[in-house]
Amino acid sequence: MIYILYLVVYGFLATAMVGLLASWIDRKVTARVQYRVGPPLLQPLIDIVKLLGKETLIPAGASKTTFLMAPLVGLASVIVVSTLLWVNNIFPGKSFLGDLIVVVYLLALPSISIIMGGFASRNPLASLGASREMKLVLSYELPFLLVVLVPVIKSGFTIMLGDILSFQAQSGAIAGSISGTLALIVAIMCMQAKLALVPFDIPEAETEIVGGALIEYSGSGLAIYKLMKNMLLFTLPFFLMILFMGGLRFDGIHLVFGILKYVGLVALITVIRNTNPRVRIDQAVKFFWGPMTIIAIIAVILALLGK
Amino acid sequence: MGIKLNALLKSPWVFHLSTGSCNNCDIEILDCLTPRFDIERFGMLLAGSIKHADVLLITGSGNRKSMERVKRLYEQTPKPCLVVAIGECALSRGMFIHSYNCPIPVDKVIPVDVYIPGCPPKPEAIIAGAVKLIEKVKKGT
Repeated sequence: MIYILYLVVYGFLATAMVGLLASWIDRKVTARVQYRVGPPLLQPLIDIVKLLGKETLIPAGASKTTFLMAPLVGLASVIVVSTLLWVNNIFPGKSFLGDLIVVVYLLALPSISIIMGGFASRNPLASLGASREMKLVLSYELPFLLVVLVPVIKSGFTIMLGDILSFQAQSGAIAGSISGTLALIVAIMCMQAKLALVPFDIPEAETEIVGGALIEYSGSGLAIYKLMKNMLLFTLPFFLMILFMGGLRFDGIHLVFGILKYVGLVALITVIRNTNPRVRIDQAVKFFWGPMTIIAIIAVILALLGK
Repeated sequence: MGIKLNALLKSPWVFHLSTGSCNNCDIEILDCLTPRFDIERFGMLLAGSIKHADVLLITGSGNRKSMERVKRLYEQTPKPCLVVAIGECALSRGMFIHSYNCPIPVDKVIPVDVYIPGCPPKPEAIIAGAVKLIEKVKKGT
């Protein structure tokens, strides 16, 4: 029973609230960078309420079940991931063996749900977007997995998030060491690609393939995808905070530091997205399999040497 | 007025649709998104796909080829949706009123909620039209 409460309160409500707020910060900072005023505070929430009230159209000839199920798969996986992260962070004793692997697997599911939705909607542009998303997943997963190894090695070969957190509580954040810093840089790049933001917004390039995989979604399907993306904007930085920066702690001044870490990561994402042009898919694959993988391997070797 | 319509008026995503205009009206619409006018502060965004749109902005005189597409696109817009005709051509076919290629005005094909005159209308006029549209929806029905 208590687990359902965790799922609803932490996994859904808290994550959605922080995610919507982060999405507002993102839009507002973007507007200020371009000398605009920007949207009001509740705008992301209003967008989702509006989309829920609109008609849901299913394209003729589309696979109806997959088309409608795909957003739910993505949202459900994000809810489960954020529940795991919150519970690990608040009660480190409650983590189970191998939950790091579960989190990494579940974080791949939102992208897979977008691929499913794109291919199910029987639109050439949506198929193009989905195939680009697939290539992007293949390219960033390799450095991301290598980078996740660094905290595992540092904290004495454990694959429990709770142990990684308690290791960092005792002997400082992993990002403080050389290998940790290198790993964090690669992880931030992978996060940018996982969130599908500029320069890696290739799968849903508005100006090229008008929304990519989401082109045929309207009404509640689009609302769920938007909510999923906003929640990912909380979940992924939070995951990186747990892995590299000691997570969110609730005792005294540490809470302020935790919030600052999160806001800093979101601001960094926004600045990267506002100062870069979109790259082509082959450039993205070269970038992730070339420099990023090499840096990740160097970070892993340094971590094995104890640096 | 329900929460559905209230939310719609606070985040209208617009889709602009040229039915054979000279592009001046389209340029003025894009001007509204620039830092000087910034319609994102009212929650308006430019939607790329018709399935994401709430407001159709129609420009141009509506020739024989494009009117079929306008009708089809209107049917594809998820309801509730609103239609705004921008520029003299979309209102009354302007100087093309006697043309063989423009037999009927836009509002004979699909229902238009607000007309914004001008050749082309200034961005201020477009924003004033949007305000009138919101007032109209709030007052009636």
